Amino acid sequence: MSLSRREFLQMLAIAGMSGIHLSGCESGSSTQKQPGGVKPNAASSDLYDIPAFGNVSVMHYTDCHAQLMPVYFREPSINLGVADMHGRPPHLVGEKFLEYYGIKPGSREAHAFTYLNFEEAARTFGKVGGFAHLSTLVKRIRAQRPGSLLLDGGDTWQGSATSLWTNAQDMVDAQLLLGVDIMTPHWEMTYGAERVLEIIENDFQGRIEFLAQNVVDNDWGDPIFKPYVIREINGVPTAIIGQAFPYTPIANPGYMIPDWSFGIRDERMQQMVDQARGEGAQVVIVLSHNGADVDIKMASQVRGIDAIMGGHTHDAMPQPLVVSNSGGKTLVTNAGSNSKFLGVLDLDVKNGKVRDFKYHLLPVFSNLLEADAEMSAHIEAVRAPYKDKLAEELAVTDTTLYRRGNFNGTFDQLICDAMIEEMGAEIAFSPGFRWGTSLLPGQPITFEDLMTQTALTYPSTTLNNMTGERIKVILEDVADNIFNKDPYYQQGGDMVRVGGLKYSIDPTATIGNRISDMELNGKPIDPNKEYAVAGWANVNEPLDTRPIWDVVASYLRNQKTVSITELNTPKLKNVAGNPGLAKTFQQ
Amino acid sequence: MTNMKRRTLLKGSLAAGAVGIAVGSGLLAPRTVLAAWPKDAFKATSVDEALNSLVGQSQLEGSDKIEIKAPDIAENGAVVPVSVETTIDGVESISIIAEKNNTPLTSAYILSPRAEGFVATRIKMSETSSVIAVVKAGGTLHSTGKEVKVTIGGCGG
Repeated sequence: MSLSRREFLQMLAIAGMSGIHLSGCESGSSTQKQPGGVKPNAASSDLYDIPAFGNVSVMHYTDCHAQLMPVYFREPSINLGVADMHGRPPHLVGEKFLEYYGIKPGSREAHAFTYLNFEEAARTFGKVGGFAHLSTLVKRIRAQRPGSLLLDGGDTWQGSATSLWTNAQDMVDAQLLLGVDIMTPHWEMTYGAERVLEIIENDFQGRIEFLAQNVVDNDWGDPIFKPYVIREINGVPTAIIGQAFPYTPIANPGYMIPDWSFGIRDERMQQMVDQARGEGAQVVIVLSHNGADVDIKMASQVRGIDAIMGGHTHDAMPQPLVVSNSGGKTLVTNAGSNSKFLGVLDLDVKNGKVRDFKYHLLPVFSNLLEADAEMSAHIEAVRAPYKDKLAEELAVTDTTLYRRGNFNGTFDQLICDAMIEEMGAEIAFSPGFRWGTSLLPGQPITFEDLMTQTALTYPSTTLNNMTGERIKVILEDVADNIFNKDPYYQQGGDMVRVGGLKYSIDPTATIGNRISDMELNGKPIDPNKEYAVAGWANVNEPLDTRPIWDVVASYLRNQKTVSITELNTPKLKNVAGNPGLAKTFQQ
Repeated sequence: MTNMKRRTLLKGSLAAGAVGIAVGSGLLAPRTVLAAWPKDAFKATSVDEALNSLVGQSQLEGSDKIEIKAPDIAENGAVVPVSVETTIDGVESISIIAEKNNTPLTSAYILSPRAEGFVATRIKMSETSSVIAVVKAGGTLHSTGKEVKVTIGGCGG
C-alpha cells in the first residue's frame, strides 16, 4: 500500500505550516517555515554560519561513493515521479525544484541543488565535496554543537579507483579520521561478507558502529548486525537504527553475500523502534539506505520514528518531508551524493519529547572551506602509489560529461559507444547507476575520471546474443524497478543505458506495457531475431573477462577528443508537464 | 534449545526438510507424511484445478484473519521464504499457491487440531506473481494474497 494522493495532500498541507511537532510532542515554538524556510544565506561567507539550535544534533552525509577529492557533480534534469510520487519531492528538477524550495535562480544554492546552467555555474562556483573540505565543515559544525553525532549513510567504500585498489581501506581510514560515529551499508557489501566483517571487527571495533536491522541469516533469520544503538546527546538518550539497502542481493551480486538475506522488514523496524523507546530512547532516528520513496512510505507505516535520514537515491532535498502516520509525524531527509552535502538536523527535546527542529543541507563548496590538513595528508598518502596511473589523460572532452538522470547521461553514452566499437556489438547495455561524477568541456578525461564511472568489484564485460523478445523483457524489468507505482517494489537506480537501440517508454504504464517502438538502425526490432548485446557488471556469477575500464580506456585513447552530439534517450510518453522533467528534455 | 520458540522450531524444521520433527512433536498431522501424495493437485496447471483436487472445492473467501509474509521482491526465485499465520478457528489445512507458476500449488499442510495456525516454508517461483494463502476451516476456503516480484536484477544504486 503506498501513500494515497489524499495522504500526500495532507502531508503537503502539514509541510506548508510553520513549525512542525514530531511524534506525539507538545506544541512548541514554531521556528522553521516549511518548505523554503531555510534559505541558505546568499552571502558565501555566511553559508556555513548556522547558529546551534536545540539540544540534540546529528550530522549526516551519504552516498559519497569514495570521492575523496573535490569533483564537479551535475544534478539531474530528469527525475520522474509516477503515481503518488508525481511532483512529490524528490521528483522535482530545475525551475520546479527552485520554486518549491524557494531558492533564488542563479544563486550558489541553485547551482548546488539543480542542473540549471551547469557548465557556467560550475566554472563560477568551483568544485564540490572532497573529504578534506568535508572534514573542515564537520569540525566546524561539531564545535558549534558539542556532543553531536556524525552518521554515514553508506555507499562510502565504492566508486573510486583508490577504493577499489585498496580494498576499501582508503575510505575506512578516511571515515575514522572524519569521526564517523555510525554507518549503514549498501555497496560496502560488494567487497564480500568476509571483508565487511573484517572491517567491523578490526578497524571499526569500538569506534564506528555498523548497523543494519534488516539483514538476517538466510537459514534461521537471525540478525547479522547490531540493529541500533542508544547514545546520550547532552543527556538525551537518542536511538539510531540502521537500515541497509533492502535489495542488495538483487541489485548487486548475491554470491558475494550468500548467507545473508535483506528486505525492507517494516515489522522488525517497528519492533526495534518500540524496543529502543522501551529502553528509554527519547529520540529515534533511522539511518537509512532505502531510497527516498521507500523512506517516505516507511515513514507512513512505522510509528515512533522522529526522523529517517536517507540516501541511496542521491536526492539532495534541502528540506525534510514531514510524513504523518498513526503515531505522529516523521521527518524524511535525503542528503545527495559524492560528499557534496552535509545534512545537519537540530532537535529541541524537552520533557522526553521532540518539540521542534531545524534542518540544513549544506553544500560543500571546496573553495569556501579550507582543506583539513590531517585529512589532506591521508588522501595524499593513499594516492601516492597510484599517482601516474590515475593521472593518465585518455582524451579531452568537448561536452559536459555526467551520468545522473533517469535515462542515458553523456558519460553513459560514451561507455555504450565504446562497448559497441571495442566489442563488436550491435547494442550496448550499461547499468543505470547513480554514482559517477561530472566533467566540464575542455577537461581531460583521466583514468581516474573513468574509474569514477566504472570502479566496482564485478567489472567484467559480456557479449551475448539475445532475441528481440529477451531485450524487451530486460527493458520492461528494469523500467518496473524505477517506475513501479509502489516504491516497495522499486530497487532504485535509473533506467539501463542503451547504445544502438532506440525505443519509447511510458513510465506511467504497468510492467510489460511501458516499452514500445524498439528499433535498431531504423529497423524495428524483430522479437525472434538474435542481436549481439554488450554489457557489464553482471550480477549472476563471477566472470573473468575484460573489465569495462579497459574497454573504455582503449576507446578513449583512440578518440583523443570526445563530443557527444546526440544523447540516445528514449521517446517519453505520458509525462508532459511532469515536474521531474526539464523543459529542455526531448519528448 | 530451551529458549527456542515452538514457532522457530517448526519453521527451522520445515526449512531443514526434517518434517519428521514437527510430526513427532504433534504439530503436523501424521497424514502429511503418511497419506497418499496428492499428485494430481501438485500437477494441476490452474489454481481452481489444484484446489478442487486437493480439498474438493475452489471457491475462495477473502479474509483479514490471515497474514501472509513474503518479500516484496524475491532475492532468489528458487527459494522464496513465505509464512502464513491465521487466527481463524479450527484450521484444517493451509495451502500456499504461486498463481503464475506452471503448477501453482507449491505446498499444503494438514494441521492437527492442537496446532497453531502457522506455517513457514520456501517456495519456488518462476515469475512475478500473486502468492495466495488458502486456509481451510469449517468447510470454507479463506484466502489472502500478496504480490512477490521476481526480477532479473542488477542495475541498482
